[in-house]
Parts: sequence; C-alpha cells; structure tokens
Amino acid sequence: MRRLLIAALIFALPVQAAEEEVVLGLSQDRVAITADFDGSEILIFGAVKRETPIPDTEPLEVIVTVSGPDHPVLVRRKERKLGIWVNVDAVLVDSAPSFYVVATSAPFDQVLTDIEDLRYRVSIERAIRSVGAAMHIRGAQEFADAVVRVRANEQLYAVRENTVAVDQQTLFRTAIDMPANLTEGDYTARIFLTRSGKVVSSYETTIDVRKVGLERFLFTMSREQPFLYGLMSLAIAIAAGWGASAAFRLLRNN
Amino acid sequence: MQIYLPIAEVSVNAFLLLGLGGMVGILSGMFGVGGGFLMTPLLFFIGIPPAVAVATEANQIVASSFSGVLAHFRRRTVDIKMGLVLQAGGLVGAALGVLVFNYLKAMGQVDLLVKLCYVVFLGVVGGLMFIESLNAIRKSKKAGGAPAARRQRSWIHALPLKMRFRTSGLYISVIPPVMVGICVGILAAIMGVGGGFIMVPAMIYILGMPTKVVIGTSLFQIITVTAFTTMLHATTNYTVDIVLAVLLLIGGVIGAQIGTRIGVYMKAEQLRILLALMVLIVCGKLALDLLLTPSELFSLGAGGGH
Repeated sequence: MRRLLIAALIFALPVQAAEEEVVLGLSQDRVAITADFDGSEILIFGAVKRETPIPDTEPLEVIVTVSGPDHPVLVRRKERKLGIWVNVDAVLVDSAPSFYVVATSAPFDQVLTDIEDLRYRVSIERAIRSVGAAMHIRGAQEFADAVVRVRANEQLYAVRENTVAVDQQTLFRTAIDMPANLTEGDYTARIFLTRSGKVVSSYETTIDVRKVGLERFLFTMSREQPFLYGLMSLAIAIAAGWGASAAFRLLRNN
Repeated sequence: MQIYLPIAEVSVNAFLLLGLGGMVGILSGMFGVGGGFLMTPLLFFIGIPPAVAVATEANQIVASSFSGVLAHFRRRTVDIKMGLVLQAGGLVGAALGVLVFNYLKAMGQVDLLVKLCYVVFLGVVGGLMFIESLNAIRKSKKAGGAPAARRQRSWIHALPLKMRFRTSGLYISVIPPVMVGICVGILAAIMGVGGGFIMVPAMIYILGMPTKVVIGTSLFQIITVTAFTTMLHATTNYTVDIVLAVLLLIGGVIGAQIGTRIGVYMKAEQLRILLALMVLIVCGKLALDLLLTPSELFSLGAGGGH
C-alpha cells in the first residue's frame, strides 16, 4: 500500500507542475478479437496544450508506450547433461507485460535519462520486474534478458526509435502495430513529453482488448461449462467422421 | 486466410491447418494410427501452445479414427470383442497415465520426459518393425510368397481366462490384451497421442493378430481412449480448442477416407515398412532436438501454474 502511495506521488508531482499538457486522441480505444483477427494498427495522436510560449530550451520530445496486462513468467534455462539438453534451473520473473512497445521521437538515450527511466519504467528492461529473482542462480539478470529476447522474436516487445512524428513542438502522432497473437486484457497507452531527457508531462489511457462474437462465446463456454464444451467437441468430431465416411461412400457408389 | 483460435489465443492460416489435417489423415487411414505422434509435434512447430496442441489433438483423433473405423466396419476388418477388451484396459491405463503425468509435472521435467518417451518408443517400435518387414519382404521374394509361420505357441497360450476372438482367429487368454490396453493407455495419456503406433505392433507381435484386422481394431480402441482423454483435458485444463479441432478434423476425416482406400491396395509388408520409416523419421527429428544445441537456451512458461 505504501509503495502504491509513493508511486502515485511520483506520478502526480510532475503533472501538477507541468506547464505543457497532453491532449490525446486514439484511432480506437478498443480492439475486438474476432474470428478473422489478424493484428491491428492503432493510431495514437495528440497535441501539446500550453498557456505559456514554447520554452526555447531543448526541443520537445515524445515517448509513446503501449503495454499489455502484466503476468508472472517462469523462465527456464537448458544445459547439456549426459549429452542431451535438459531444463536445469528456473527463475520466476514476478511481472512482465504480455505486450510492450515503446515509440520515441528521437533515439531513446536522447529523449530520456536513466534516472527518469527508472522512475517511470519506460524502457522494456524497466517494465519487467524481477525483485524476487533467486540470487543463488548464476546470472539472474540473464533470465530477465531472455524474456525480452524471446518476446522480441515473437514481435511482442519492440522499441521503435524515431517513429513518433512531432510538428512544431505541438502536434505528434504515431502508429502502433498490434500483432495477431494478442491476449485479452486492459492495455495501457502512456504518453510522455520530455525536454533534455526529463519528463515534463505524462498521460495514461486504457485500450480494451477483448474477444467478441463466436470467440467470446466459445471461450466463455470452455471455462464455465467445460463438461458441455467437451461433449460438444466430441459430438462435432464424431459427426464429422461419420459425415466424411458417408460422403465418400456416396461418391464411390455414383 | 488467417483465423484466430479462441483458446490457443494465436492467429494461424486456416488452409495450413486444413492441409496438415489432410496429410496426417491420409497416414491415419493407411496405417490405422491416430496420427497424433506426428500432428502434435507439427502443431508445436506452427506455434500452438503445447498444452492446447495435446488436448485438441486428442479430439481430432476421435474424428479421424471414427471416420476410418466406419470404413473398416463395412469391410468387416474390426475385431469388436478384442477391441472392447483392449478398451477396458485402455481406460484404466489412461486414468493411470494422467496421474503419472501430473506427478511428472510437479517435478518440472515433464517436457523432457515426454520427449524421451517419444524417442525411446518410436525408436524401438520403428526399428523393430522396419527390420521385421524388411525380412518378411526378402523372404517372400525368395520363397515365392510362402507365408511365414506366424503363430508359435508361447507363454501367452499358457495363461488362464481364455476367450475366443473369432474375427482374429485367436483363442487366447484375456490377460495379454488387457495388459496391452493398460500400457498403451498410460503411454497415450503421457505422450498426448492415441497410441496406435504402439498398439499396432503390440497386436501383431504380442497378440499375434492378422495385420488386416489389427488396423480396424486399433482405430476402434483409439476412439474410446482419446474421447476419454478429450473430456479429461476439457474439464480440468480447459485446453481443447474447438476451432482448431474443427479445422484439423475437416482435413483429417477426408484424408482418412483417402488413406483407407490406399491401404486396401497395398501389401501388409509394404504398409508396415512405410509406417516404420515414418516412425523412425519422427524419432530422429525429436532425438536431434534433444542432442543439438538449441538456438534459444531459455524458455518461457506461465508463472505460478507449474
């Protein structure tokens, strides 16, 4: 609870002091997973609202992140034992987002300092939490790195530098690709405005990713009425088997 | 055409699934195997989560076996009495197998043990069948097609509780078939397959059943055991993906019909040597996976669940 409070304070402080604020638009605030879902592209755009003239210090930079729901992940490592590759140890990464994309308006190390990254958990490495990682296992960090590497290969994690377009330090826009292998849940979109690597304003909104229609129906049924669902699967299987047999007999007799 | 699978939560090409189903279906009809030992690794390969692949495959095997067994019923190549005896053993075995599976899961090495099971059983069964069929073909060529004496009297004939199996032309004790059923049931549940590739050789070499009857009878037995497994998975793990199953079984049942027709025109020895080769290829692939250095040493799993 205390940690939450501190986190809330950290988030609240800079927003209060901000002279520049984000006004956000999304091309869609919900993603419907239908039977023919093949990924989706979300356009995130907005403007910077300010009462004062544009500060003539460093130019304004924008960071956009979209993250899926957090889950614990069990990472296993293989080692060669007696000639074959065997899982030898495992580390539980307490929390890793199922999907994470960071888009920036300039190279990452120019738009955000390490300290600000630590505070706001913007980069992929910071978004993964592994406080309870067992220290007795050699190189626990390797396990957290493995999560990033494996998910990046599956197009679930990505850093896209220079993909946020900023006009006149006021308008910004970017497109985030959501792959086809999305899981359900509340996705969070965060927008950070930074100057000389410091966050001057941030904004957060939710994108609802849900199964709909037949997908929803089947998923719910499999969880709530598993026995009926199992019987239905078997009935379909037997009917299909019989149907094919009968159809082929007809074909052959004609 | 991409299609999103509601339980597996991945998007895959529908035609790829239809094609895979069809290909495995043809083999299923030809050899009387469910095709699970082939399909399950293929599903892993195209990115279906293993738990979903195993459970859904069981459901698909029900369909292709049912389609195949109807054709065998019409040709009267199913020994129903023997099938029922094997099924009784199979159900007991499957239940035991699920217990063993959950025990291995708790130890955290279930993937490795399943793969080792595959390599050992596929290797032994495939190797034995290959050598035996090769010898049979060579003998039949030299001796001008005189059939080798198959049934010798052995310890099997000394056991009590004898029963007459008319279709197979056997008069043996029920103990060996029940034992075969139990063993295959256990392995089927652990390896997530129908078990035909073990059942078929066991019927030929241990029970001494004629090859033509063996295929129909093993399909008959597989239906019950895999239906039981499907229900177990659907009610405990919620991992049966009905959309995936439908796509696979549309391809599968059509393939099984074609395969059964092809099987009729082939000699028993040729069928057996082809099946042996298939089994050995899959075995080799799995063994290589265990022996070669993997490109990614780390693997991700759901936290907490295991």
